[in-house]
Amino acid sequence: MTRRLKEVDAVLVGMGWTGSIMARELSRAGLSVVGLERGQDRKPADAFALPGIRDELRYALRQELMLDPAVQTVTLRHDDSQIAQPVRRFGSFLPGDGVGGMGTHWNGQTYRFLPSDHKLRSHLSQRYGAKAIPEDMMIADWPIGYDELEGHYARFEALCGISGKAGNIRGEIQEGGNPFEGWRSGEYPNKPLKSSQGGVLFAAAAKSLGYHPFPSPAANASNPYTNPEGVKLGGCQYCGHCERFGCEADAKASPQTTLLPVLAKDPRVEIRDLAYVSKLNYDRKAKRITSVTYVDLRTGEELEQPAGLVILSAWVFGNTHLMLHSGIGTAYDAKTGKGTVGRNYCYQINSGAQLFLENEELNPFMGTGALGMVIDDFNGDNFDHSGLGFFGGGYVTLNTLGARPISFRPVPPGTPAWGKEWKAATAKWYRHGATISVQGSNYASRGNHLDLDPTYRDPLGRPLLRMTYNFTDNDRKMSAFVTGKAAEIAKAMGAQHVGVRARSGDFDVVPYQTSHNTGGTPMGSDPHTSVVNRYLQSWDAHNLFVLGSSVFPQNAGYNPTGAVGALAYWAADAIVGKYLKNPSALIPA
Amino acid sequence: MSDAIQRRQFLIGAGGATLAAAVPPAAPAAETPLLSAPSQPAAPQQAAGDSFQILSAAEAAFLGAVADTMIPADGLSPSGSDCGVVVYIDRQLAGAYGAGSRIYTAGPFQPPQRGTGWQSPLPPLGFFRAGIAAADHWCVATYGHSLDHLDEAGRIVALKAMEKGEASFQGIASKLFFVELLQLVMEGFFSDPIYGGNRDKASWRMVGYPGLPATYREKIEAWRGKRYEQDPQSIADFS
Repeated sequence: MTRRLKEVDAVLVGMGWTGSIMARELSRAGLSVVGLERGQDRKPADAFALPGIRDELRYALRQELMLDPAVQTVTLRHDDSQIAQPVRRFGSFLPGDGVGGMGTHWNGQTYRFLPSDHKLRSHLSQRYGAKAIPEDMMIADWPIGYDELEGHYARFEALCGISGKAGNIRGEIQEGGNPFEGWRSGEYPNKPLKSSQGGVLFAAAAKSLGYHPFPSPAANASNPYTNPEGVKLGGCQYCGHCERFGCEADAKASPQTTLLPVLAKDPRVEIRDLAYVSKLNYDRKAKRITSVTYVDLRTGEELEQPAGLVILSAWVFGNTHLMLHSGIGTAYDAKTGKGTVGRNYCYQINSGAQLFLENEELNPFMGTGALGMVIDDFNGDNFDHSGLGFFGGGYVTLNTLGARPISFRPVPPGTPAWGKEWKAATAKWYRHGATISVQGSNYASRGNHLDLDPTYRDPLGRPLLRMTYNFTDNDRKMSAFVTGKAAEIAKAMGAQHVGVRARSGDFDVVPYQTSHNTGGTPMGSDPHTSVVNRYLQSWDAHNLFVLGSSVFPQNAGYNPTGAVGALAYWAADAIVGKYLKNPSALIPA
Repeated sequence: MSDAIQRRQFLIGAGGATLAAAVPPAAPAAETPLLSAPSQPAAPQQAAGDSFQILSAAEAAFLGAVADTMIPADGLSPSGSDCGVVVYIDRQLAGAYGAGSRIYTAGPFQPPQRGTGWQSPLPPLGFFRAGIAAADHWCVATYGHSLDHLDEAGRIVALKAMEKGEASFQGIASKLFFVELLQLVMEGFFSDPIYGGNRDKASWRMVGYPGLPATYREKIEAWRGKRYEQDPQSIADFS
């Protein structure tokens, strides 16, 4: 027996970055808001305190802040000739869990996408001819131009107090910033972090090769900062425990350190944790969602929360899964190319070159999640792709993220994995090893998609989401090319040994690669090829808005959170400025 | 050699150098840590004989032989078992990890396809139990002795065969077993000592990892390009 609750103005499914931003904006507009979050509401002052938060085994290996695959996972197959198997342990990607979501345990690398990433298909068609784009490469223009989104990127950066150096202020190229980036209305809110020795050496080598190094834009506050919400962030301690950990210094921008303190005091906002949403209840005829059904994980009771406005802010898998399971829109069929939900699923093609500098003291344990020097010379279409046989690219960076020793134990190529020789090499190189990483784009491919698995079920009895995904030849060629540039820089740094690892072969769910999964509910201008319109409003239910990287039509060679935050503000503006005045489809289907 | 250490070697199998001789001298503290912590490293925690929560004597002996072959005693650190690696594995397998926490366990089951990772119907405790039994059976059939009764050269040959997947175990892939085993051994060697391994922070001393509190805001520039050293501190030192 489902207990029906009193209707509220808006209900949000998922209380990570996008849910927190939207809750704040809707409350500001006077709406009553309920945020439903499957995981726990952890209190940072207690849950992320010293000394326990510096526990690599607990947080990095046993993944305490991540989603438990027993609660929700996906199945995987490389192509539709295979029978998918469940991802029983998370490895290559780590979905978040709890209030704050992945914003709790991210590194904080906060980029904007290039203006050309916002109009990818028309840009590449114009420069190389429409025929140069492979037939099965389903890249698309964003329905929102970079110029339209600039102010929203800036707003998210101000919320987080991003530390960085602008490269382009209103068209003026700035010394020391990224000369390839789109224009900015102003400088970053906080100055860049202090560089590591590895970063200094990387920048010098990159410059000597004619490239354009700049400091990684970081949501690790270089100095204490008060954001426009009046919330104070602390100064980063360079502890080397960002990714997979909470921040005890309140220096890493997260929902907890930027927005949740405001929401906690807001009488119009109620966050219910341990609330596992099972379904959106869809009135097909009226083209609207009437309510959301969820299970209270404390009691097992099923509840129904009616709302005038429904926001899906449950990350890539949750958003796509709930749309498919609730029967909203048409599931994408890779054979016919028809249908849209589950389309354009992408990942990221990451690789790197490990380098060993015998005579340099790198103190690799002094770091932050976004401490690095970067070049953007080989990202997106910042370089000529004529004759290369692929599109896309990635930034190349030397990050000093910390050197937690269970996972960070660099040894030169050819060293055994155990025994006397391994020990000697580990002791010798631990302080002298670094990695140059490539954050590579991933362009949508016809065969890569998400749908419902016919066999495996989750604890609520629903079919699991099924991922059909593999790397493409475009990805492998791109990775070989850009990883070669990383190796070139490593050699220019004077490394005695360089281990080059371009991405090749098939996608494997075991080794960690990135949690930058995207797509499944792509945005677009055509309801036949997209799930949401340019305001991130569902084409099939006018009171449903979908937030997060699930709306990307393809993935760029950048960490997605900057664009995700900007899009959340963009959608909030559309809801408050347009939708609430006349609740209906903002763009006719 | 004390009775206690002889008993340990009986239990764990492959003995090595005694701890005191192998610990490198503690590096001087570069600066006073922010949080209060003892200025002297704690005395080695190795006690007279390890006790196990869930491992049988034969399982502990096998794992001791593995730990001491993967992490042999030398001037850089004591042996794996002297660093507590077997105790670490015992505690992990006896707890939530061994019971299959954070694993999707619903069927049906099939052997893993390329790229899908862990597909065992067994939780880690059952998997390691079956793996150890298969490995010992294979060692006896191949070399005439269980792993812990082989000499060091023999143990290296046996582990290399498992690493390459050339050891034909009954019912379990030796390569998969080896990968999981190597991971647990390295976790036991490098994790915070609160889990029972990495006694006296031996691995952190070996590589020069300072541990806690890791507050380097005022140090990253001051020590840039210079070797920063600190007597390593663990969670227990601040608790």
